[in-house]
Amino acid sequence: MAKKDSDKRYTRDHEWVVLDGDIATVGITDHAQEQLGDLVHIELPELERTVSEAEACAVVESVKAASDVYAPLAGKVVEINETIAEDPSIVNSDPEGEGWFFRLELDDPDSFETLLDQDAYDEFLETL
Amino acid sequence: MTEQSDPTALLTTPLDQWHRRHGARMVPFVGYAMPVQYDLTGDLAARCRGGVLAEHLHTRAQAGLFDVSHMGQAMLTGPNVAAALEKLVPGDIAGLKAGRQRYTLLTNPVGGIIDDLMVACVGNDHLFLVVNAGRKDVDFTHLTANLPESAILTRLDDRALLALQGPEAVTVMARLSPEVAALPFMGVASVSLHGIECLVSRSGYTGEDGFEISVPAAHAETLADALIGHPEVVPAGLGARDSLRLEAGLCLYGNDIDELTSPIEAGLTWVIGKRRKMDWDFPGGLVMRDQLDNGPPRRRVGIRPDGRAPARASTAIMAEDGTEAGIVTSGGFGPSVNGPVAMGYVRRDLAADGTRLTLIVRGKAIPATVVPLPFTPHRYIR
Repeated sequence: MAKKDSDKRYTRDHEWVVLDGDIATVGITDHAQEQLGDLVHIELPELERTVSEAEACAVVESVKAASDVYAPLAGKVVEINETIAEDPSIVNSDPEGEGWFFRLELDDPDSFETLLDQDAYDEFLETL
Repeated sequence: MTEQSDPTALLTTPLDQWHRRHGARMVPFVGYAMPVQYDLTGDLAARCRGGVLAEHLHTRAQAGLFDVSHMGQAMLTGPNVAAALEKLVPGDIAGLKAGRQRYTLLTNPVGGIIDDLMVACVGNDHLFLVVNAGRKDVDFTHLTANLPESAILTRLDDRALLALQGPEAVTVMARLSPEVAALPFMGVASVSLHGIECLVSRSGYTGEDGFEISVPAAHAETLADALIGHPEVVPAGLGARDSLRLEAGLCLYGNDIDELTSPIEAGLTWVIGKRRKMDWDFPGGLVMRDQLDNGPPRRRVGIRPDGRAPARASTAIMAEDGTEAGIVTSGGFGPSVNGPVAMGYVRRDLAADGTRLTLIVRGKAIPATVVPLPFTPHRYIR
């Protein structure tokens, strides 16, 4: 195991990632939901889809606009959170908990280490 | 105003600081810094949590206050100025009585639309105009160049424009001025609100009852504060304004109408005055008459996509047989409809209500149906 479960990592596209074994749980950050505003529609990737790092694989729509959600790392989609597709507001209310998007079986669990840690993401947010 | 030396600097409305104090998220819109939505706090947060969805629903339930000061206001004066303006628009302007306002169009010789605007008769040979922000310079140049020299166009850049919209707007206005609350739909009156001289019309861009208030810039904050002092009112941004007008089936210039769309195609034939249909003596009149007689090649329609995915502007529309049908010109999520809604142009043979269409959203085919407009019934006072 590369890292313990509680360790959360981030991307510059505002996804968060938690690793359990070689399974990464992915969602969008509180900053991202806050910027997007009220979500009204979410499209999740299909199960078993293989994605490469930074590949657009989900879509979030607010009243105003549609935005892509990217695969933070390469892998295969093994689970999706149908609950948020039925009620997108969960992503606004609990983006980094119940509002997770999908789980990836990572091609390379060590790639998790390349993501931003909390301090690095916070610093990145300061630059925006 | 921002620094004039920097051409990229955004213009600001007289309520710029007011918006920022009330938690607005400011975005660039046709050269202006404008509030797209608010993160409301304090008393206002207790009325409405803020955000496009909540501001939209609050406006339909009670009242929303919109800053639309970016729009162009002007006074047009001169002998027989209404007759002169009729040379440039298809509306009956000469027949507009004092205290009445009309929606009309500046049209071009090919039957296209230079802009849509409000024209109010505010006194003998005095017309008050409100045009789109992004078309101010085009419109005012066009008017000055094509009206007789006796017509004087005065830009009212020193005035703000507030829109109070929603079923409770009249309740609030009645507390300020019983005279204003008695205005009929599309009525206009010059009144004093909190001691401030205002020009008020009973109109709007949401499909709800409401008022648009032209106020001297220096008093805009005072009036805005007074209006949100009433428990029915919260500030609402451009995001809600757009979703409200889309549900109301109202055209957005640049999206749903432009210099290449005719009023006939756009479903705005009603804008052409009855008397004007005798002579068709306005720019593009003969093109419009021909389209009315023979049917326009395409028509603006309401579209309900199946499912939940919004179809945005520029989405391609296909017929069920796979042939090209047209394009979405406005589309998004309708908070009151609680689902996706769109408007667009389709081939004449596909414009009947109930016609099934296919929308191409991110490469996927989404079935959709042609539906009557508006999506949300208008609730104007008649």
